[in-house]
Formats: sequence, structure tokens, C-alpha cells
Amino acid sequence: MGMTISQKILADHAGKDFVEAGELINCRLDVVLGNDVTAPVAISEFKKVGVKQVFDRSKIVLVPDHFTPNKDIKSAEQCKIVREFAREYGIENYFEIGQMGIEHCLLPEQGLVVPGDLVIGADSHTCTYGALGAFATGVGSTDMAAGMATGEAWFKVPESIKFVYYGKLPRWVSGKDLILHTIGDIGVDGARYMSMEFTGEVIRNLSIDSRFTMANMAIEAGGKNGIIEADDITLDYIGRRARRSFKIYRSDPDAVYCDVKEYDVSSLEPVVAFPHLPENTRPVSEASDVVLDQVVIGSCTNGRLEDLETAALLMKGRKIHPEVRAIVIPGTQGIYLEAVKRGFIEVFIEAGAVVSTPTCGPCLGGHMGVLAKGEKALATTNRNFVGRMGHPESEVYLASPAVAAASAIKGRITPPWEIV
Amino acid sequence: MKISGRVHKFGADIDTDAIIPARYLNTFDPQELAKHCMEDADADFPKKVKKGDIIVADKNFGCGSSREHAPIAIKGAGVSCVIAKSFARIFYRNCINIGLPILECPQAVDAIGEGDEVEVDFETGKIKNLSTDEEYRAVPFPGFMQDIMDKGGLINYVKSKV
Ligand code: SF4
Repeated sequence: MGMTISQKILADHAGKDFVEAGELINCRLDVVLGNDVTAPVAISEFKKVGVKQVFDRSKIVLVPDHFTPNKDIKSAEQCKIVREFAREYGIENYFEIGQMGIEHCLLPEQGLVVPGDLVIGADSHTCTYGALGAFATGVGSTDMAAGMATGEAWFKVPESIKFVYYGKLPRWVSGKDLILHTIGDIGVDGARYMSMEFTGEVIRNLSIDSRFTMANMAIEAGGKNGIIEADDITLDYIGRRARRSFKIYRSDPDAVYCDVKEYDVSSLEPVVAFPHLPENTRPVSEASDVVLDQVVIGSCTNGRLEDLETAALLMKGRKIHPEVRAIVIPGTQGIYLEAVKRGFIEVFIEAGAVVSTPTCGPCLGGHMGVLAKGEKALATTNRNFVGRMGHPESEVYLASPAVAAASAIKGRITPPWEIV
Repeated sequence: MKISGRVHKFGADIDTDAIIPARYLNTFDPQELAKHCMEDADADFPKKVKKGDIIVADKNFGCGSSREHAPIAIKGAGVSCVIAKSFARIFYRNCINIGLPILECPQAVDAIGEGDEVEVDFETGKIKNLSTDEEYRAVPFPGFMQDIMDKGGLINYVKSKV
């Protein structure tokens, strides 16, 4: 019996030839990740274990990105715990303000995750790295603590669902729309505990940035991981960056899936997820009566160069609607700098948007664009739960950068084709 | 171990932002977090919850972020057990790792009402509704996870191995 790509990576890291869904295994880890919210808890737990060192100083990555640059005294204290731990234990991959970015944009960019890796991160969107053909999954702080101490974690081998996308991707339809459409179809727990394997001709031609967006939101369907087999597009991205050698895994033709979903993308429109769940999706043309107070373009879902490029293309020579606050947040310093060089930042500022240093910021209602009671925002982020971006009576609509840019200009949810 | 307590009922897909909003994540002190536990789902919850109370919720409880602050807030608020139709996976994992008892039992969730007195026996997985005198059976933990729970969480478990 064959194995899926996820099974193969898990089996190899458990030192086994074969694993089957449901099996409980102990695996060796390639990367253990934490941020300024989850790492302080993990550090305090780590110290209880009573080991003198972390398992490998080069395999732990600490990124203060949620409430940074420090939002208030409490978050400053949290960041200080992380910084001091990094110094004391000689953690090689600690990213200080100035080098840092949103973790899930940063790690791939820095070549810290490569195909075939097994990654745990104390952040639910750790699943993003599946776009590189790695098995990456979010865990809690205690798992991170144990991972830092032992270099291992326990896993229940997940069942896999195969998602096949075929047809011709229409203009303005991006990875964000594919994943929102998928979540709309299967629901926020449609892949609970499962591996989501994205494949088909559309995926094989999809840009790496769009692939990151798709794998990123696997968790929004309850998935344990999202994964895309590495191919030439992956190698093109990873080639210049990889800090380690890597291994490419592929699913066997006779691998077992608990379900196969097929989507013809040819007639898809950009998708908008209405409050308060990512599964409440509608085509953008059925969303245009929603008047907006704020538009956010950024986050680990859509804060990459392709996203900024799309937004700049639509904002160029146009003005943000006077009653909308538009906030653009590049995912990393590297993306930010490249966006400066390519003139995107100038476009945003001339259009009347603000541009922030890389941070999670408003995505989790932290800072840099928190909503007041009754306000509505459209964001390229991944969650629109009650209170996610601020007041419990505010609303978040999720969409792609193209829809976000068009909507910022019109002041209401707008299909991109209405403005070009 | 047996516990009993009064039930607070919640609906489906209660996410980690509802359990503990991100605006309070700049601390991980259980008592601080407990002051805001479930507040975006039920603003009065932190005031009315009493030590030993039980949360009963529909499907996919704890979906969303990986924040361990969510089960820490629930534990900090004195909640003795969460019963749901199903749990989101990271939340489930986190509960085991920090030692917050959880049980999956769709049948119990449908039958138990707000304010009911419920008794839970973790060894047998038996849930008894003292208000109606009904009994339900929860899915028991796999042995490996029970082991972690018995040791009081993952850190103690790891400690016993290193
Ligand atoms: S950008 Fe948002 S979803 Fe991504 S890591 Fe930051 S808070 Fe989490």
C-alpha cells in the first residue's frame, strides 16, 4: 500500500518504513518555531524540564512579530523574555526588530525551511511551509517547549484529503480565492485533524506566493497541515535560499485518501468570506453592498511580494476612498525593501494608504489598525472571527489583495474588474 | 477521578479569539487571562463562572490559533472539564499537554442544558446529568495520551524521560 507525501515525511522522521493514518509516532524535528506570544509560555515550560541546553541551537527559530515593535509595556516584557532566552541559549535564528518579519513569510525567505522538513511551530499558521513540500504544523507552547528540549514531538498520523484543481484560472483569481472557495465548500472543520494535499494542473502552475497563501489557510479548514509537492517552481524559490540539503517526497499513485475533492476553477470569481467564519464565502460580485471603514493588505496569508504587486497595480494613479483607512503591511524587511525598489510603496503612499513596518498588527487586533464598535474591515488576512480585529461588534471580511485594493478605492467591497 | 459542576453551554465553532481575545495575549498569567475568559462569546462568563463548573459546547471547540492561553484561561477560570461534540486539533493537543480534562461526546452535548449539574468520571468516561438522571459515554483517550495526562501534562512526561 502506498503512502501520501505527508505519511512519507512523518515515517522518515520517525525512523520507519511505513506509517498508517491513526498511528501514534514520535518524530525527529527539523525546525521548532515560536513568536512573542507563544515563546514566553514555552520558555517558562522549557525551564521546568531541567535540561541545560536546547537540542540544537540552529534548529530553533524565534520571531517576535505579533506585538512588535513593542506595542505596550506588557508586550515589551514578553519580547524581552524571548530576546534574553535567545542570548542565554545561543539560539542562532532569533530575528530582532530590523531583521524580523511575520514569521511565516520570514522562515521560507531565509531558507530556514526546505522541502521534506518536519516543522512544528507554536503558531497555528505554521502550516504555511507545506507550500514547499514540507510537513509543517501548528502546536501549542508546551509542545514547543518539549520540542526545544528533546528535538522530538509526538504525532498522530493524519488521514489525507486530496484537493485537485483543474481548468483555466481566470484573471484576478488567486491562491487566496482557491483556498477560500475550498473552505467555503468543506467548512471550518471539513479537514479537522487531516492533511490537505493540494494538487492538479492549476497548482502546478501556481506561483510560490499563492501556494503559501493556500497552505497557510489549511488550519482554517481545521487541517493539521496543507501540503504541495515540491516542483520546479519550488526549487526556483528555494534554490537561492536553502541553508540545508533537502529531500523531495511525492505521494505514491496508490496512496490512500479519505476523500478527493475536485474543483474546476474556470468559472471561479474572487471570493469574499463574510463575518464571522472563513467558511461564509460568496463570490465578490454578490458582496458589493458592503461599505467599508478599513482595508488591510498584509499578514502571513497575503503580505508577500506578489500580493503587494497586485495591490500596487490596482492602486497606481488612483486614490483611496476618503472614508476608508487603507493599511499596507509588507511581510518581511526583504519584501518591504523589494517593494520600495519596485516603486510599490510610492504607489501606496500616493494613493493615500499607510505603509507599516512588518508586523502581525491588525490581523489579530493587536495594534496598527484596531477596529471600533460597528466598524467593517476587508482584510487579506485569514480569520474573521468575532473580535478578531478589535471590538467584538466590528466585522472582518476576508479576500485577496486584488479585491482589497479595488475595495479600498471604491469604499465598498468591489470586484477588481470594476476599476480597471 | 470524579468531578461535578454546573454547566455553561456554548454553540459550535467557538474559536480561540472568543475563548481569550488576542488583545489580552500580552500576558500568560492564568488569573489575568481568566478575567477575560470567553468574554467575546458571553461577556458575563468571567463573572458568573465558579470553580468546578463545566463547559459544554457543540462541534469544533477551540478552533483558530495555537495559543495555549486559551486552555490556560479556561483552567484559570476554575473550569474543571470541557465536553464538546468535537475539538479543533491544536486546542485538543494543548489541553492534553497542560492537563485540562476534555471529553468528546456528541450525545451528552445534545442532552445537557445550560445550568444542569453534571458529574464526570474520567476513568470510565461516564458523564452523568444529575439534573435529569441521564447517562452518556464519552470517547476515551488513547493510552499514550492518557499517560501524558496521568503525569500531569507533557512537561512532566518529558521530564520523566530525559
Ligand atoms: S499575520 Fe496574523 S495569522 Fe499570521 S502569524 Fe501573525 S497574527 Fe497569526
